[in-house]
Amino acid sequence: MLDILLERFNYIPIIILMMTGLYVVFATGNLVKRLVGLSLFQTSVFLLYITLAKVFGGQPPIIADAHGDDHGAAAAGHGAAEAVLYSNPLPHVLILTAIVVGVATLAVGLALVVRIREAYGSIEDEALNAADYSRDTGAAG
Amino acid sequence: MTDLTQYLDYALIGMLLAVAFAIVRLRNLFAVVMLMGVYSLLCAAWFVSLDAVDVAFTEAAVGAGISTVLLLAAMLLTAREAEPSKPQRHWAALAVVVAAGAALLYAVPDMPVYGDAESVANAYVGRDYLEQTPHDIAVPNIVTAVLSSYRGFDTLGETVVIFTAGLGVILLLGFGGRKREPKGKPAAKAAPAARAPKAGKPAKPVKEEGAS
Repeated sequence: MLDILLERFNYIPIIILMMTGLYVVFATGNLVKRLVGLSLFQTSVFLLYITLAKVFGGQPPIIADAHGDDHGAAAAGHGAAEAVLYSNPLPHVLILTAIVVGVATLAVGLALVVRIREAYGSIEDEALNAADYSRDTGAAG
Repeated sequence: MTDLTQYLDYALIGMLLAVAFAIVRLRNLFAVVMLMGVYSLLCAAWFVSLDAVDVAFTEAAVGAGISTVLLLAAMLLTAREAEPSKPQRHWAALAVVVAAGAALLYAVPDMPVYGDAESVANAYVGRDYLEQTPHDIAVPNIVTAVLSSYRGFDTLGETVVIFTAGLGVILLLGFGGRKREPKGKPAAKAAPAARAPKAGKPAKPVKEEGAS
């Protein structure tokens, strides 16, 4: 059991980091800090995928001798791909997309926070709840 | 494989944990945002160690750069300090996090072995890309080849997402020439309150008042 975990030791700190981000999302009422917690969570998920793609003794997935003339080098590049170990490029591609999409969603979230600050004068969710409920009772009374 | 870079990995993991816990503890938003940039940069350093050089420079440029700038701008427009939240909220969050973390840790023994070239995650599609790229596309960087050729439609979808996000931000914030009504906050607050009785549903707020 212990060596099963030791072979996979990389996942444990990453899970702790993910849960730290989730804790920030749940425990803080400040909307900007909550988005920071979401980014923390997200970046830790990127770490999870990239450690999945690691191959011990591997190279970054850039083929070294593909610069020669194309057809001659194709066979040589094939041989090199057999001989040299490379890390798995597919999770790299997926995470590359996810990083950029993550920034796009972060920008939308922050724009919403700025608008909430303009409309309510606060970005603490307790104050937002209080403002909403006092507005309802004010309309009734 | 006893290479010295694993100690660099351990040091980076330790620093990542320290920065994450500091983010939890701090309430000064400037410090929180800056530590988030540090976290992204440490992640980028670990990505280099994990052979993901393309991901590393994207994370350093986009995660540590653009994200930090966006968060700083939002912080300047909103607040500098986070207020402390109630203790029972911390306990509830801790309960959720411990339950989710325990479930994830339970799943760890089913994950592929770290660094194994023959694991299921590394054996099939990724190796096909490594073998086929020199034949199909004369691009030495396989990540580039997969991103822009094999999975070009994914990248097209990604740009659609970015375009949509930019459109959303513009619709939310305007181009900067948005007219600011005097006493913007009271006007914005007064508008729904004035509209609510006019909409002819005074019964609902009364009911909500009774419920609360």
